[in-house]
Amino acid sequence: MAGGAAVLPEHGQLRNHGNDGNDGNDGNDGNDGNDGNHRNHDNERNHSNHRNHDNDRNHSNHRNQEPTGPDGTTRESTDMADDGFISLDGVEKVFEVRRRAGLLRRERHEVRAVDGISFRVARGEMVGYIGPNGAGKSTTIKMLTGILTPSGGRLRVAGIDPSRERTRLAHRIGVVFGQRTTLWWDLPLRDSYRLMHRMYRIPERRYRENLDRCVELLDLEKLLEVPVRQLSLGQRMRGDIAAALLHDPEVLYLDEPTIGLDVVSKAKVRRFLKELNAERGTTVLLTTHDLTDIEQLCGRVMVIDHGRLMYDGSLTGLHEVGESERMLVVDLESELPPIRLESADGGGQPAVRAVKVEGPRQWLAFPAAASAAPLVARIAADYPLVDLSVREPDIEAVIARMYESTP
Amino acid sequence: MAEPVAVRADGGEREPAGFAFEDRPRMLEGVRAYGLIMAMWVRSTMAYRASFAMTLFGDFAVTAFDFVTILLMFTHVDALGGYSLPEIALLYGLSATAFGVCDLLLGSMDRVGGRVRDGTLDTLLVRPVPVLAQVAADRFALRRLGRITQGLLVLGYALVTLDIAWTPLKMLMLPMTVIGGAAIFGAIFIAGAAFQFVAQDASEVQNSFTYGGTTLLQYPPTVFAKDLVRGVTFVVPLAFASWLPALYVLGREYPVDLPRWVAFLSPLVAAGACGLAGLAWRAGLRSYRSTGS
Repeated sequence: MAGGAAVLPEHGQLRNHGNDGNDGNDGNDGNDGNDGNHRNHDNERNHSNHRNHDNDRNHSNHRNQEPTGPDGTTRESTDMADDGFISLDGVEKVFEVRRRAGLLRRERHEVRAVDGISFRVARGEMVGYIGPNGAGKSTTIKMLTGILTPSGGRLRVAGIDPSRERTRLAHRIGVVFGQRTTLWWDLPLRDSYRLMHRMYRIPERRYRENLDRCVELLDLEKLLEVPVRQLSLGQRMRGDIAAALLHDPEVLYLDEPTIGLDVVSKAKVRRFLKELNAERGTTVLLTTHDLTDIEQLCGRVMVIDHGRLMYDGSLTGLHEVGESERMLVVDLESELPPIRLESADGGGQPAVRAVKVEGPRQWLAFPAAASAAPLVARIAADYPLVDLSVREPDIEAVIARMYESTP
Repeated sequence: MAEPVAVRADGGEREPAGFAFEDRPRMLEGVRAYGLIMAMWVRSTMAYRASFAMTLFGDFAVTAFDFVTILLMFTHVDALGGYSLPEIALLYGLSATAFGVCDLLLGSMDRVGGRVRDGTLDTLLVRPVPVLAQVAADRFALRRLGRITQGLLVLGYALVTLDIAWTPLKMLMLPMTVIGGAAIFGAIFIAGAAFQFVAQDASEVQNSFTYGGTTLLQYPPTVFAKDLVRGVTFVVPLAFASWLPALYVLGREYPVDLPRWVAFLSPLVAAGACGLAGLAWRAGLRSYRSTGS
């Protein structure tokens, strides 16, 4: 992966730092629409689907409720700039770390937490942002919310420079930090929400609608009078998500939204986010360690490591890039030596690799991109097959392998 | 392409949300946000009235011990540093009331360092109101009225027992001192909080100036070394929160040679201190946002 990007037209692309030619684009405000040429077909398709859905919903529902609302005009005008609803061009964040080295002398060294990241997210997209600890995920989110000021590059969210107009942007974004709550620790949920209502100047009716909706979908009814500190992690997370959505944000950032949650809570949160994105067209950007989040929610995934964007594309594409393998688990009638299948095109590589044999059960690895059906047919023809199942690859391993393959 | 961007940049009327963002003066926004958060804490406190009454009395009693200490001293001596009990009560009452007002309004400022350390400051930065207002109003504790109450009581005692030839200027001096003094203490609170962005455990340094400062001001300047008096006059202008105005009212000489009209500079000094503290706060917040720690 040295040199230029290895572009995979169907599923996504590998990226190298600074190769997309946008880095020097700083002074060129309002030029967002032209930067979409590196986007692949796969994503394009996703966007239009989302957008249609979103608009339909708006016509039938939102606009009827609020006949005087300015929704229509804005949507049209921003639709043109959709490609760059969130746009980053060569964004950097450098921290200077000082370490004591001797009595008075201090050693300085730079930590490049985010090292030249460029991407576009369209309105209504749901994007997963993954990478190992310390890769720069949270730093990116903090820059996108205006908490941190980038050291370099250009960054826009809904046309706003987050670090310069932080409070203005705050009205249009919702933020959920998985590790800490934005609610008031000692107060009941309802009080926190009431305060948000006033603080964001949310019109009464809209507030009540949004609150009712969140209470219903996130199952908060019984929790409203409970002080936040008494909530379980899953309950608190649901409370936090509701708090982030009361003011109808156009973008929702979630930093590890399912961290530490049990299976039921995770499922609730995921279902809610899915519906939110589908019905309201809210753009969602989430960082996570739980790849099931990505699998179930995100049509697009970005992988970041050492502050650089390593991959941007679909999840299937990630498997290809990571050379991941699927696992065929077969149960034979009796204990047999490991199954060997010659490659279909007669090449040297066998089509499957026996990973493990345990009595009559065998685990056979084959490339994730290959089709399982012909393999199954050939095994069934040659061996006494009783039962079989196909296991999807472990994406964590995929990503780990990707990191290994890059210098 | 440039047009929609321009439209969005120049005003709120096309914001997609029905409740458009309008550019409002930050100062007013801050005060409003402060009021909202404060009201919420007061409401939540008042949910448990008995508990509130007890903590209120507790605050009153604990702070009143300071004055009890002084009373005990006066059972053995007739004067402290050349000052009688009512005179010291005036110093005490002015500084305790001023500090009480400030402590009520900004008493949570020393939690900034902790918020920086545990990262909860980030959650304040994503809300559409000034961070300073959110930090200041956080855990607004109405029980701190106890400190103000005891300050006012001691001040009342001083005014009743002191034999002062009141002039309009002297009468004006009292409210001016309380307000100016509260503002000076407030500036120290804010500057101290700003310093906590850099050194997260610095809240004790700040406390030594605020809680320590108010104790200092409760005694007459004559009992302290002159260098210390100069320090709290010219460096950290605490003297303007009680000594200088009180000594003017009492018609006493200030140990550091200053013209008498300097006592009237209290509001100006307070405004200056607040301005500097505001700049320090902004610098602190900016450094946090560029370093993230």
